[in-house]
Amino acid sequence: MKITRKEVEHVAILARLELNTEEVARITAQLDNILSYVAKLDELDTEGVAVTTHTQNIANAFREDEAHESLDRKKALANGPQVNGEVFVVPRVIT
Amino acid sequence: MDYFSLTLCEALQQLASGELTSVQLTESVLSRIDTVEDRVSSFITLDREGALIQAEKADGLRREGIAGRLCGMPISVKDVLCTSNMQTTCGSRILENFVPPYDATVIEKLKEEGAVIVGKLAMDEFAMGSTSENCAYGVPENPWKQGYVAGGSSGGSAACVAADESLASLGSDTGGSIRQPASLCGVVGMKPTYGRVSRYGLVAFASSLDQVGPLTKDVADCALMMNVISGYDRRDSTSINKPVPDYTEILHTGLEGVTVGVPVEYFGEGLDPEVEKVVRSGIDMLRDAGARVREVSLPHTEYCVAVYYLIAPAEASSNLARYDGVRYGYRDMKADSLVDMYRKSRSHGFGDEVKRRILIGTYALSAGYYDAYYKKASQVRTLIKNDFAEAFGQCDLVVSPVTPTPAWKIGDKADDPLALYLSDILTISANLAGIPGLSVPAGFNREGLPIGIQMQAAHFNEEVLLRAAWNLEQRAGVKGRKPAIGLP
Repeated sequence: MKITRKEVEHVAILARLELNTEEVARITAQLDNILSYVAKLDELDTEGVAVTTHTQNIANAFREDEAHESLDRKKALANGPQVNGEVFVVPRVIT
Repeated sequence: MDYFSLTLCEALQQLASGELTSVQLTESVLSRIDTVEDRVSSFITLDREGALIQAEKADGLRREGIAGRLCGMPISVKDVLCTSNMQTTCGSRILENFVPPYDATVIEKLKEEGAVIVGKLAMDEFAMGSTSENCAYGVPENPWKQGYVAGGSSGGSAACVAADESLASLGSDTGGSIRQPASLCGVVGMKPTYGRVSRYGLVAFASSLDQVGPLTKDVADCALMMNVISGYDRRDSTSINKPVPDYTEILHTGLEGVTVGVPVEYFGEGLDPEVEKVVRSGIDMLRDAGARVREVSLPHTEYCVAVYYLIAPAEASSNLARYDGVRYGYRDMKADSLVDMYRKSRSHGFGDEVKRRILIGTYALSAGYYDAYYKKASQVRTLIKNDFAEAFGQCDLVVSPVTPTPAWKIGDKADDPLALYLSDILTISANLAGIPGLSVPAGFNREGLPIGIQMQAAHFNEEVLLRAAWNLEQRAGVKGRKPAIGLP
């Protein structure tokens, strides 16, 4: 086994996902299958090979630090599931 | 008149000569949608009224003599691109009713050139999938055969153009999501070089792989769309500041002096014999057009799927952390603590495939596994990139199948994620290497399902792809062939 139910439950907590028992069982089997497949990469010796995280050589992309209009507050709040006209409202964090 | 069946170039000519107006053309497209949409299901959102208003405006601009390059052209776009006046769902329940406060740069460019945006097209949720079956708003069907997949993730974009429901469309390609559905639906689809087209306003899936590109009825239209959407954008720091050539200019040149590479690894086990036959005869046509043909090797091809299904989910797990029910999208209103609200909103809002990829990605990046999975995959990505660099020292483009098989039945691979992942084997490498690729229709199998040919070239060498594809199109004899839908 590449991954256990317990590990899937832990990863779900990290990813802020809730899984029921049936989902944990099903996803554990699927992830195990996928991780067993990707273990294929171990066939290759990559000692000393540089990583590619980006295919183009872009150095820091700087821009002029100029003031400009930003998104209007009303527009920014328009898609909020719960707002009070000034801010997004969320369940109480500090009790 | 069946104006809806025109290509962009044909319609633009008729508009310029005054034979046709954008309102007539748009009405024709809308009535075509009325006839075939029940069968094709390519739209998530259709803006009938808005389209006619834009068409009238386009006709007005043309009368004033200020027609843009796409003035009056009815175009629809994958629902992964932000549109300021239209909901953008990304195929997900979590973005139901989301209306972006701004346009994606590519949408802005289409509008500046006078395009008429007809609607938003079906796709796999967050572009994760190869069949569009993961769309929360209905699954598009292949216009060539009922009950068959249109491909994915830009399945709606490919089906819409193949069914003449718009003159052209835009899609996004993270591991083949433009080229694969284009091949399965018999249209032209191009994934540009990473950085050629701005990603600003493209809902992010895997940021180092995602790229926007056109799906069109023919190669000349693809070149025209590339002219419009390409270019540096200061709002996308990964877009590249490099002049954009006129892609339409070089099409009609023969292929003398061009070397076509045939990668042996792309013709391996599992390749459908009818697909192989079409691709081999396509290569002969390129030779007839003047190209030299030689074998090349891309030795790490067999590792592409493994690399992709670590890197793409890893990036996705980070990108999709933003869906937390706070600023936009679905929120579970019953949760009474913040963390519970995050968990419930995400669990109810995301579909199975998206959850699966978030979990793989989170796992691959988590403490203790990072070196074994993400780092290892990123190193093998270097080897894959080097394979292409070496191949492009020996040839100008590599030609191969797009997918191992033509379209399959809806539901056939739905229960086995890994089997579906493996069907992406021939398209993934272009994204990992950041190079451009396209799919051009080249034939049909005995069942009448389209088969495309894939062409890939070095960074920023879109021109050689379009030129080779145009030459192939002239010889393949499938251009203009239409699916038998919506006939009286």
